[in-house]
Amino acid sequence: MSYVAKELSQRNKLLLGLSSFLIPILIWCAVSYLPFIWHPQVQITHSGSVTYLQAESRVDKNTFYREAQNAVNAGLLPPQGKLVNPIYLPAPHEVAKALVTAFVTPPVQADAPWFHQSLWHSIKIVFTAFFIASLVGIPLGILCGFSSSISQLTEPFVEFFRYLPAPAFGALAVAILGINDAPKIAIIVIGTLFQQILIIANTTRMVDRGLIEAGYTLGTHKLKSLFHVVIPAALPDIYRDLRVLLGWAWTYLIVSELIGTTSGITWFITQQARYQNFDNVYAAILIIGVIGLLCDVILMKLGQRMFKWKAGAK
Amino acid sequence: MTTELKPEAFDAQQYFERIYARPVILEAKKLSQVFGTDKAKRTVLNQLDLKIHKREFICVIGPSGCGKSTFSRVVAGLDGYSSGEILVDGQPIHGPSPERGMVFQGYTLFPWKTVKENVMFGPKMKGQSHASAEAHAREWINIIGLEKYENHYPNELSGGMKQRVAIARALVNEPKILLMDEPFGALDPHTRQKMQCHLMDLWQNIDITIIFVTHDMDEAILLADRIVALKANPGEIKEIIEVDLSRPRSPELLLTPEFKRLRERVDFLVHAQEDELDPALEDLPVIPRMTKVSTTK
Repeated sequence: MSYVAKELSQRNKLLLGLSSFLIPILIWCAVSYLPFIWHPQVQITHSGSVTYLQAESRVDKNTFYREAQNAVNAGLLPPQGKLVNPIYLPAPHEVAKALVTAFVTPPVQADAPWFHQSLWHSIKIVFTAFFIASLVGIPLGILCGFSSSISQLTEPFVEFFRYLPAPAFGALAVAILGINDAPKIAIIVIGTLFQQILIIANTTRMVDRGLIEAGYTLGTHKLKSLFHVVIPAALPDIYRDLRVLLGWAWTYLIVSELIGTTSGITWFITQQARYQNFDNVYAAILIIGVIGLLCDVILMKLGQRMFKWKAGAK
Repeated sequence: MTTELKPEAFDAQQYFERIYARPVILEAKKLSQVFGTDKAKRTVLNQLDLKIHKREFICVIGPSGCGKSTFSRVVAGLDGYSSGEILVDGQPIHGPSPERGMVFQGYTLFPWKTVKENVMFGPKMKGQSHASAEAHAREWINIIGLEKYENHYPNELSGGMKQRVAIARALVNEPKILLMDEPFGALDPHTRQKMQCHLMDLWQNIDITIIFVTHDMDEAILLADRIVALKANPGEIKEIIEVDLSRPRSPELLLTPEFKRLRERVDFLVHAQEDELDPALEDLPVIPRMTKVSTTK
C-alpha cells in the first residue's frame, strides 16, 4: 500500500478512464430501465373511465393509483398505463437515437440552420473569442509575470474587472456591437481575458529564479532573459493554462449565444426544449461535452509532443 | 585527462610565493552587505578584505548564515552590496557577466534545451553564429566526457552529469573566475568524490580561478589552495588558511596525517563558531543508556 498516488499501468489507465464514463452511463441506464428505482410517473395507455387521464399523458404515480382505486371501487373501468420517468429524463437509447437524428433531420423552417451548422457556428464563436483573448492575454500575462512594474500597473484593475460577471455586459455589448456574432464574441472575451492575464502572469512568475539567474551569468540581460529564459521556461505551463481557459470559454458560450439573436447550439437547445424534445436537448449537451473533451485530448497530445523535455526520462 | 606533473618534493612556501606573485584577479575592499532597513538590520557581510590571485583555487567555508553564498552571489553580480568595493582585474563589477561564470547547487540547466544547446547558450548570447557556438560547445562536451549525451535533455541525466554540463556551460564562455556555490551538495558521496577529482583535473589544465563555496571541510581541504573561513553574525573573515598539501591531490589524501592535522584546525575554526551560533547545541539532552528507543519501521 503506497500513500502517494502512483503511476498506473497503461492498461489500468485505459480501463479506469473508460469506467469513469461507464459508471454514470450505467447509473443512467439503471434509472431508465429498472422501474423499481425511480419511475415516479405513469404514462397513460388507456384512459378507462377516467376521462381526464388522456392517453399518452403523464401523471403522478399516486394520482394514478388513487384514480384507478376509485374507478375499481365504483365498479367502473380503471385507467391503464405504464411506469415511466419524467419527460425531462429520456432513456439512453432515446438520446442515442436523437444524436443521429439531430444530424440528419432537416430544420423545421426552411431558412433555419441544420444541427451541424448550429454546432459549427458555436465552435467558430468559441475559438474566435479565445483567439482574440489570447492575442492580448498571453503577451500581457507574460509581461505582468516578468516585470513587477507592469504587473502593478495592470493587475489591480484586472483583478477588479474579473469579478464583474461577463453576462452583465450583454446589453452593453449589443448596443455597441449590434445583434450578430460580435457581442457574443465580446462576452466570451470579457469572460476569459482577465482570468487569462492573471493566471498566465502567475505562471510566468513561477519560473525558477535559478534559471533566470543562471541566464544572467551566461550573458543575458533583461530583454534576452525574457525571450531566451523566461518564456521558454514558462511555455509548457502557459500551454496547460490555456487548455483550462479554453474550457472557460466554452462555459461562457451558452450565455453569450443568448445575447442578441439566439444562435448556434444554444438556439438549437432552446428550440428543442420548447417542443419538449428533451432527448434532443441531451444530445446537444452531450455533443458539447464530446467536442470539449476531444479538443482537450488533442491539445494534450500536442503538448506532450511539443514539450517532450518536460515529460521526464526517455 | 591526466596530469603530467612528476611527483617531486612539495615546497609549500615556494608554492604560495608563486601564487602571490601572480596578479590579483579579485579584490574585495571593506565589502559589506546589509539586508533590511534600520529596524531589522542584518549584516551578512562585514568589512570583508580579500585578495584572490589568478589561477588560485579558493574555498569559502563557514557555518550556515555566515554569508558565504551571499559573497559568491555578490561576486557573480546577482546581488548588490551595501558598501565597500569589489574589483575584478581592477575594475568594479556592474551586475552579472559571463566573465564570472557560476555553477549553482541546483544545476539550473535549461530543461528545454539539450546538453549541447545548454552549453551553446553562452556563446549564442555573445552573438556567435550557430556553427561556431556548436563547435565550442562540442569541445567542452568532450572535455567533460558527455559526447554520448549531447542530445539528451537534462532530466534524462544523473545529478553528476548535470553538474558537469553546468560546469561546461559556464567554462565555454572562458570566464576569468568560476564561482561555485555548493555545487556538489546534492550529490551522493561517491559521485561527489568523482566530481571533486574531475574539477581538480579541469582546474590544473585550464587557466581559471575558482571560488568554491562549501560547508564540507574535507571537500574544502582537498580542493583549495587557500580556505577562507567565515564566521557568522556578522559575516567576517575569521581566518584564511593556506592548504600546504602537495598537488596533484587525490581522495587518498583524506587518510594522511597532514590532512588530519589541517582538518582538525579547520574543524576547530568552524565548529567553535557553530556552538556560539546555536547555544542550544550545548544543552542537547543526554539519553540514558537503558532507555528503550522504539525502532518501529
